[in-house]
Amino acid sequence: MSTIAHDPPLFPMERANPLDPPAAYAQLRQEAPLVRVRLWDGSSAWLATRSQDVRAVLVDPRFSADGSVAGFPMISAARRSLLTAGSPQLAQLDPPDHTRLRKALAGEFTFKRIEALRPFVAGTVAQLLEAMVKQGPPLDFVENFALKLPSMVISKLLGVPYEEHEFFEECSRRRVALDVDPHVPVQAGKDMAAYCDRLLRQKERDPDASDDLLSRLARDQILPGHLTHEEGVSLANQLVMAGHETTANMIALGTLSLILCPEELAKLQADPALTASAVEEMLRYHTIVHFSIARIAKEDVEIGGQRIARGEGLFVLITAANRDPGSFTDPDRFDVARKTRNHFAFSFGIHQCLGQALARLEMQEVFAVLFRRLSDLRLAVPFDALSFKHRNMVYGVHQLPVVWGERGAG
Amino acid sequence: MRVIVDRTRCIGSGSCAATVPEVFDQDQNDGTVVLLDPSPPSKLHEAVRCAATLCPGCAITVEEG
Repeated sequence: MSTIAHDPPLFPMERANPLDPPAAYAQLRQEAPLVRVRLWDGSSAWLATRSQDVRAVLVDPRFSADGSVAGFPMISAARRSLLTAGSPQLAQLDPPDHTRLRKALAGEFTFKRIEALRPFVAGTVAQLLEAMVKQGPPLDFVENFALKLPSMVISKLLGVPYEEHEFFEECSRRRVALDVDPHVPVQAGKDMAAYCDRLLRQKERDPDASDDLLSRLARDQILPGHLTHEEGVSLANQLVMAGHETTANMIALGTLSLILCPEELAKLQADPALTASAVEEMLRYHTIVHFSIARIAKEDVEIGGQRIARGEGLFVLITAANRDPGSFTDPDRFDVARKTRNHFAFSFGIHQCLGQALARLEMQEVFAVLFRRLSDLRLAVPFDALSFKHRNMVYGVHQLPVVWGERGAG
Repeated sequence: MRVIVDRTRCIGSGSCAATVPEVFDQDQNDGTVVLLDPSPPSKLHEAVRCAATLCPGCAITVEEG
């Protein structure tokens, strides 16, 4: 074990290039298995950056994900207020509560159940692209497509009226911001909970009125007493949020990376069978949950030769693990033909993304047709004019102005 | 090759069913793994090893030989 003479670096670090993690990650990955970092409030935490350590932490039951435990590492004041107020999210629960709540939903997200949604998703993709063509360029791809598709899909799956998408999208935006007044994300959570409470009460009154996930949750879990109404509200809240925000950002960033790498786009267009691997590569390359996965040690644990004392917190940097040359050849290269599914974009361990099959399916349906339907899709503004979500829980691009079709003279 | 699954560790991610549907399925009520073939044919061995690596709950054990 070496002693670090200099001050621990401040975490999170800033990105130099919007599409690459901060350069410091590569250096930290080489320096030591786990490194000490300083946080906004003067506290400190460990940082796991290597894929083997990230994996080891995420599967180790001696670490807790419970954000309400004193000393749990937080990346901002807003994040701290969100994690310590209101009902805990699935991602912050430990077994056995986590197991019980997750199992109540897992049957809805099996590989086969999600596959059955493919025709609906394909139809929605076609419909949205048709609307873009009708409207004509230039358009903001985020507003007109990347956000619309997952919002429409999750609304249909859950049985949430899509007409109310502006409300839940706006709640989500307030919830993921890091630098806002700490009351903002808490209020967003409350607004969304009040909405889900009303919606779920309707479903509980008449669970057979429509065939959707929340009606089934009411009929099979809440009414028989397996889940309380409040637990159902909390799950509904999380499903709406997680179901659109993350996928929307991935669709926009995936599109951007194909626009910026014409040779990769050409490979994909020449061989549509590469769609699935291209999607996995986008997930690995962008890793949009870019700095917020944290744990606290419930007892002394040794990871990568470093002892972590009971009560010490750590950040599990999946962004760095997904660019670890120990696991991925030439990791900073975006390669649609890369055959790797062992990335951490959906995290790992018991908290791995519940909706991963749905996210994959949506992205696969998008990238199977997008660049065919909108030929010569390209940016309508210089790359430097794009604004990225540096200080958001979920990384992404705020707007993606695009044009397509024939290039005008001059 | 012998495949063993630990249903108490399974979180129902469906990675295995997506990787080797010939060997793994999921319980339709809670997503838990259903082992269809504990002794898969050799052409599936590589995919089964991959499924074991990808399993986020470390619920799949592969005994070679």
